[in-house]
Amino acid sequence: MSDWVEACAAGDIDEEDVMRFDHAGRTFAIYRSPDDEYFATDGLCTHEKVHLADGLVMDDIIECPKHNGRFNYKTGDARGAPVCVNLKTYPVRVDAGKVLIQVG
Amino acid sequence: MIIGAGECGGRASLALRDLGYEEPVVLVGDEPHLPYERPPLSKEAMTGEAPVIKAIATDELFAERSIRHIHSVRAVAIDRAAHQVRLSDGSSLTYDRLLIATGSVPRKLPMPGLDGRCVYLRTFNDALAIRAHLSAGNRVAIIGGGFIGLELAASARKLGAAVTVIEAQPRILMRGVPAEIAEIIHKAHEAEGVSIRTGQGITAIADDGSQVRITLGDGQEVVADLAVIGIGAVPVTALAAEAGLAIDNGIAVDATLRTADPDIFAAGDCCSFPLAVYGGRRVRLEAWRNAQEQGALAARNMLGANEAHAAVPWFWSDQYGLTLQIAGLSDEGRAIVRRDLDDGAFILFHLAEDGRLVAASGIGPGNAVARDIRLAEMLIARRATPSPEALGSQAVKLKSLLAA
Repeated sequence: MSDWVEACAAGDIDEEDVMRFDHAGRTFAIYRSPDDEYFATDGLCTHEKVHLADGLVMDDIIECPKHNGRFNYKTGDARGAPVCVNLKTYPVRVDAGKVLIQVG
Repeated sequence: MIIGAGECGGRASLALRDLGYEEPVVLVGDEPHLPYERPPLSKEAMTGEAPVIKAIATDELFAERSIRHIHSVRAVAIDRAAHQVRLSDGSSLTYDRLLIATGSVPRKLPMPGLDGRCVYLRTFNDALAIRAHLSAGNRVAIIGGGFIGLELAASARKLGAAVTVIEAQPRILMRGVPAEIAEIIHKAHEAEGVSIRTGQGITAIADDGSQVRITLGDGQEVVADLAVIGIGAVPVTALAAEAGLAIDNGIAVDATLRTADPDIFAAGDCCSFPLAVYGGRRVRLEAWRNAQEQGALAARNMLGANEAHAAVPWFWSDQYGLTLQIAGLSDEGRAIVRRDLDDGAFILFHLAEDGRLVAASGIGPGNAVARDIRLAEMLIARRATPSPEALGSQAVKLKSLLAA
């Protein structure tokens, strides 16, 4: 479970924004919150497998670019129609300017 | 009680339970299926390995939430005085509050000569019937260059069918899509081998049950194994009209989706309502997200919230690798500002005379325009008047305009 992977540099993501990160055949979304914390979730919306990294981050919420399904990216909680299945989240840490996520 | 078990009615039933309503909820629909999403019908239901219905909730969930779904049955009459609805199976149901979410049906082509090879697309069963004809080597004629027709054309090409799109107007997507974007879509279809015949009325159709011969205005003939007619939709209002409710391009409701009868609401494709963001202009929307939002809003208002509809219209279309998204109604605009994004994507911002942003239309590969269209939608909702220079410059983040 301790397989931490380097996803990007901390400065690669703007505040209140999201970036896609692909690793070992899986896709993730990495977020930088307005208060400058980093988070990671599965990269695909649970509604129709759309890349969330194309979506809009507002405060704690990532909104799917396709059908506006909303999730709290800090907890993965689905926030109303059309999404009903929560997003999986992953631990994140920032180390020497690098964003690492625990993908295990 | 909810009449119409589509996206709107289905969402409304779930929303009632989300809001803590504990009395019986009955959802009546004339299709044999659970409430399902219609957008995939012209796309994934055609091109997927197997046609799969995308239900908005499972039978188990409806059961768990004590929502009684009566399928394959139509509501045939509303007795407003008795608060009763008579169903096509002869039974009657009593309601405290009623939501009419009967949707819309395809506009019929008013011509003689149509038979089994001239079809429409509205339901999952319609999609199955069309899908059976979309194989390689088959010829498909699409009558109407709107979203349904063009999405079907893209699906048919993907499956290898030969496709001709016939449009009476001088260009495709005349309604609601700017010419600059329609042209991109037109070219994408031609590059994929679709023959598009614009400015062509139809003078005759001969459907012998196995083949269709369509005579165009210029005298040419299109011969096809299947003709799909996609010339718009008409709201399903007969039930409401017979109950004495006002009809005005749909069941007329106020901003809270209530009809003149305080216990009857209407929502989704079947209703017309005043759109606050454009000064109360009465509109009827045929869009998935509107159905969803109005279903939820009607549920809140049936329980007394008295909340006005405030959303900005939004819709999308996927064809080949392109996605179009439009927020707002572009016919409200008088000037256009273009913003180019990466990968050939671009957005047209539509500004009213007073500089207010009233709509944004974007097209590009994948979801390239999604984020900016969403931000534009928020600006439209705020009745913002962003500077044309900022809108036109990719260097200026739209998000920064929201804070302004």
